[in-house]
Amino acid sequence: MTAYIIRRLLLLPVLLVGVTIIIFAMLQFLTPVERSALYVRDIPHTEGAIEGIIKRYGLDEPLPVQYWRWLVGRIDPVTGERVGGVLRGDLGWSRVGSQSVINLIKQRFPATLELALWAVGPIILIGLWLGVKAAVNHNKPFDQISRILAIFASSFPVFVFGLLVLMIFYANLRWFPPGRISDWANVVISSGEFRTYTHLITVDALLNGRFDIFLDALRHLILPILTLSYVNWATFLRVTRSSMLETLRQDYVTTARAKGVAERDVINKHARPNALIPVATLAGFQVVGLLGGVVITETVFTYPGVGSAAAAAAQQLDVVTVLGLALFNGFILIVANLIVDILYAVIDPRVRLA
Amino acid sequence: MTTTTKPDAPSLEHELLPETISTRKIGRLERLVGPESYRVLRGLVTTPTSVAGLILIAIFTIVALAAPWIAPPARANNPYDIPRDGFSPDPRPPMSEWKRNQPPLPAWWEPVMGTEEWVHLMGTASGQYDIFYGVIWGTRTAYKTGLVITLAVLLIGLLVGSVSAFYGGLLDNILMRIVDVFLTLPFIMAALITAAVLTPRLGRTILPAVFALIAFGWMSYARLIRGDILTVRERDYILAARVIGVKDYKIMLKHILPNAIFPTLVYASAGIGEIVIIFAALSFLGVGTPVGYADWGQLLSFARNWITNLADYWYIVVFPGFALVFFVLGWNLLGDAFRDILDPKMRGKS
Repeated sequence: MTAYIIRRLLLLPVLLVGVTIIIFAMLQFLTPVERSALYVRDIPHTEGAIEGIIKRYGLDEPLPVQYWRWLVGRIDPVTGERVGGVLRGDLGWSRVGSQSVINLIKQRFPATLELALWAVGPIILIGLWLGVKAAVNHNKPFDQISRILAIFASSFPVFVFGLLVLMIFYANLRWFPPGRISDWANVVISSGEFRTYTHLITVDALLNGRFDIFLDALRHLILPILTLSYVNWATFLRVTRSSMLETLRQDYVTTARAKGVAERDVINKHARPNALIPVATLAGFQVVGLLGGVVITETVFTYPGVGSAAAAAAQQLDVVTVLGLALFNGFILIVANLIVDILYAVIDPRVRLA
Repeated sequence: MTTTTKPDAPSLEHELLPETISTRKIGRLERLVGPESYRVLRGLVTTPTSVAGLILIAIFTIVALAAPWIAPPARANNPYDIPRDGFSPDPRPPMSEWKRNQPPLPAWWEPVMGTEEWVHLMGTASGQYDIFYGVIWGTRTAYKTGLVITLAVLLIGLLVGSVSAFYGGLLDNILMRIVDVFLTLPFIMAALITAAVLTPRLGRTILPAVFALIAFGWMSYARLIRGDILTVRERDYILAARVIGVKDYKIMLKHILPNAIFPTLVYASAGIGEIVIIFAALSFLGVGTPVGYADWGQLLSFARNWITNLADYWYIVVFPGFALVFFVLGWNLLGDAFRDILDPKMRGKS
């Protein structure tokens, strides 16, 4: 167990350095002027200003030096302050967001987190239920139909599905609007009386005792949750089903049946817990994937999270912002994946001993 | 199994040991491609899901090949520019008439409809882009991008995976850590940043998106082919080849690769669908492809400005959306059938 965790921990710095190198390499596709957004907000349109900034922030230094400066920041020769440095959390200036990239993340991340937290439950519970049910009914209609539907689901791009459900449930029926919150609720939230605790609107609304705002936020969340769910259900269905089928073939399941244990107990008590072990990793990775911001889903539903911010910045070629968001994304995923891997070792002795 | 030693009583044996004597005729095709490939081919044409997949793929292939006949381009040297009927921002419904800049009338229109008036069969999107034209030529875009990108990532994955597996040791370790690093970012995010970085350098063409998908699409192929080679490498016939002194590269190319590559090719057939989805997604997000390029994602992106009015403008979503869905579905059905047929548990049953 310890050896496994140590081996896994050794990979951590490799991944972290690797991701920073990828992002830094991408920055090199920009001209020095474009890269100056890492350090300054605007470049004055005067003669020689550009050259001055390139000199001042060392944007023409050798690459290894620039890489190091990009990581830890540099001392501004004029003001004497330390500027930049992605490891200090200074990811540069976002032209599209008209604020620093790190502020943009602080502002957008709660929305992404809220969506992820709400989506996890339906994805995992219903996905598992489908998979177990399909395996128990192996080769019966439920299995066949759910399998066909799973192929359909994985062929259905999220943006097509998203537009279709918006067309039906918003444009036609006016049930579930896009966005994160209605205007009237937004007015209440920005007023002084509404106290912000967590920046998760649903939670804050409950803490403030504003049930109407809670419901309004939930109304906006339903379609994104549905969209995130159907794709993941297909994956869960496939993995749970094959794992469950595998387990049902084991000798101890036959033994249980031979002893005369009721079929329901055989499935629920003997087979399912063991079948869920590989599914647990999948669940971990899916949740982690949600945290990274879901670019397309957020964009379709104009949901103001990290993902839609990245898409908007990419569309307007605000590369410093996109790369900043991607770096943040990468760091979150690396750490979260590490946690998932270690938890996996904790629940499955076979991984520990291997 | 000594049945063949008693040639004078074949009928009796047939009754006793029906499994051991095969009266099955071996056809010309089977003799040509060998029993294993024959089993795969036969599986593909007898499994209902794969037949459905093949039919869908066949339809899209015909549409792609016949695109200039189905929807003649307004300017023959720029067929991927969707012709525009004016510039008004409001979409117009299906079957509304062409007013300006009408492209040549397709040859099939008059005999079928009995009129010389060319209409917007599927309506127009904002900016009066003809949806029908975009859907038809979008088929070509999907094939172009899907095949080129899949082929490219397959080759890169093949190179990295086989080098990694064949040499092993430190090199293997380094290459696989690079794979880990590339897999850290989600595919769509990685493709998004690469396309955004490349667009100012390459201009607004489809190239940034294509390069982006290639740059971050090869890793799973590398892993897959590496694993398969490692299994094949342990077989006795490889050892035999080594013993008689066959050169490394020859063992690799002639003995290992042909035996290890099949699962990867199957994976690639389902991979085409995913590539086409992500390419359309980039186009939908407005990264890469120029506005008005005949691509399904591009057409769908027009719907983003009309979310509130989608009840009226449904045709912007439905036509290109379902073209994309059925295209991907075709490849996924084929891939799924492939997976079943190649599943070792199914071997010998056909």
